[in-house]
Amino acid sequence: MKNLKEQSAALQSLYQQEKEVEVEEITAPQVWEAKESPYAASQWQLTWRKFKRNRVAIVGGSVILMFYLSALFANFLAPYTLDVRLTQYSYMPPQAVHFINEGKLQPFVYGITGARDPETLRKIYETDTSEKIPIRFFVKGESYELLGLFPMDIHLFGVEEGPICLLGTDGQGRDMLSRVLMGSQISLSVGLVGVFLSLFIGAVLGVASGYYGGWMDNLIQRTIEVIRAFPAIPLWMALTAALPPHWPPLRVYFTITVILSLIGWTWLARQLRGKVLALREEDFVMAARLVGASDVWVIFRHLIPATFSHIVVIATLSMPAMILAESALSFLGLGIRPPLTSWGVLLKEAQNIQTLILYPWLLIPGVFVAAAILAFNFMGDGLRDAADPYTV
Amino acid sequence: MLTYILRRIMGMIPTLFVVSIVTFVIIQLPPGDFMTSLQAEIAATGGGQDAKTVEALRQRYGLDRPMYVQYLKWISGFPRGDFGYSLEWNAPVWDLIAGRLAFTILLGGLALIFMWVVSIPIGVYSATHQYTLGDNLFTFLGFAGLSVPDFLLALIYMVIATLSLGMSASGLYSAGMEDAPWSMARFLDLLNHLWAPVLILGLAGTAELIRIMRGNMLDVLGQQFITTARAKGLKERLVINKYAVRVAINPLISVLGMQIPKMISSSIIIGVVLSIPTIGPMFLRALITQDMYLAGSLLLFMTILLLIGNLLADIVLAWADPRIRYE
Repeated sequence: MKNLKEQSAALQSLYQQEKEVEVEEITAPQVWEAKESPYAASQWQLTWRKFKRNRVAIVGGSVILMFYLSALFANFLAPYTLDVRLTQYSYMPPQAVHFINEGKLQPFVYGITGARDPETLRKIYETDTSEKIPIRFFVKGESYELLGLFPMDIHLFGVEEGPICLLGTDGQGRDMLSRVLMGSQISLSVGLVGVFLSLFIGAVLGVASGYYGGWMDNLIQRTIEVIRAFPAIPLWMALTAALPPHWPPLRVYFTITVILSLIGWTWLARQLRGKVLALREEDFVMAARLVGASDVWVIFRHLIPATFSHIVVIATLSMPAMILAESALSFLGLGIRPPLTSWGVLLKEAQNIQTLILYPWLLIPGVFVAAAILAFNFMGDGLRDAADPYTV
Repeated sequence: MLTYILRRIMGMIPTLFVVSIVTFVIIQLPPGDFMTSLQAEIAATGGGQDAKTVEALRQRYGLDRPMYVQYLKWISGFPRGDFGYSLEWNAPVWDLIAGRLAFTILLGGLALIFMWVVSIPIGVYSATHQYTLGDNLFTFLGFAGLSVPDFLLALIYMVIATLSLGMSASGLYSAGMEDAPWSMARFLDLLNHLWAPVLILGLAGTAELIRIMRGNMLDVLGQQFITTARAKGLKERLVINKYAVRVAINPLISVLGMQIPKMISSSIIIGVVLSIPTIGPMFLRALITQDMYLAGSLLLFMTILLLIGNLLADIVLAWADPRIRYE
């Protein structure tokens, strides 16, 4: 009892410290509750408060937000569309941006002239410092549909003539920056859709398994055991290799997300089953059943909300695995296929060591993969600590 | 203990049975069979095969029979050590994969040793120097190690090895050493090509183990028996090494079981990128050409590896942690 009082006092002082920031978040009913007891904040407020104090997690979260926003507006941010080929500028190294032009703030890139090495017939590029190409903002370029809805032809930046390829170009003269941005749409959404799917299957089956027990529990658990007996990547490889080559890319994309989540759900189902097994014996479940609530009601109204923080944490932490799996599969040529572009597809072009040594910038998409995964790991870790009610 | 092991092995048999069925169904999923993909390949190079020859070949290899007959034919050979016949390589599957399987296990074993040897000292250091510069550095490196995909690491290694070390990074031997008789020079050459795959394979696991070890150590260091050990005047080094590490190591063993599937997955991808003879490149090729007995047996063997690995991890855990009783 004493311990509890101490804790509440500690929490209260913490609350006072952060009150200013929180003011707008406290709604009327909670103010009323606060009168009843000395301190009351919802589990979510507590979690958010703890999360906010973890600086690394906040950085991770912001990076993820930025990634998803830029994926959403990739068409606008990218100077070119996916299929623009600057045929004269194949395998062009990244161009450097210079910001100060003759004392004024005016970003520009130097012009580039390409020639062929007479012996090896390789393209060599030379920066032409006499020619300064100013970078213009909100320029007219290739037309596209923003968010797939609004036809537009304004790009965030571009140049009037000559190329602007800040991350270089690939063998067909396609701008890497544009391709990376477009690729992020697929790479990041595979994670999101895949995790949602596996969350759905995992939450329903896991909760049902723990709640009903008996033969249903047995069946679900044996199924999970068989799925988990397979190592993940080989199983994914075998399944994706079975996709017929003549399928349209979009269908391949959706099938791949389904295949990824077919394995992903087992993890969540196991964890939730354990939680529900414990919760099933709690008084609030008993009370709900005594007043005649149906099983579906108890599961969706009581059990899933009670395990929700757990679900969110697992979802965040399983996102990197999905993104990694997609890029690994596409890298092996079994995942997303061109013309769809994902980070894995881009990296597949960097598979050849000879090409890679001559044109190392083809590895840049890998940096984005690593950054996304790192950010998800940071955020997931922060969320896990924050959602744990036993730490302050 | 022995009865526990026996019971576990008996328990594996039904799982393996179901796994073999699932494997076979998955391998048979793609439309067409090996002959279709063979025809496509021949057609692509400009040749042609008349339909009759193809039908005859189909009959000869039993590809025209219903799926369950093919399945029964496949598993009925297992007790004799016959895992089917590879249509592409024209050789029994077992002869093809035995060497690669052994090499994959060797690579995985070395990577496991690397992981443990590196992660335990670092984990202990991080826990005993919590929030110091070194601890933060290792935490950051750990996160980075978890985040860089294994194939990317392999690619980066290849570039660096070729550019600065001036060696051909793919394969297990340098050019010229491949067919040379065993000698010291050849052995050194092999080692020179082997350390990097082991390191790449072990890196993600090392990062994970460091974090687990650090967390465990922090938990254990806060416990009363540590305070007691310190209170009776034991040297700090003894307190850490004899008492704390001994207890903190147990959860690491149970994680061992979870590392194995990841290592199998990784070894496939690294094998493909660095073209070293793990089962990876062969599996990928077999999937693409629909060489079904080869692909199926490889998938089955990976599953068996995983199950055996889990069993070993449990046995080691039972041996290392006397508090666990399996009765």
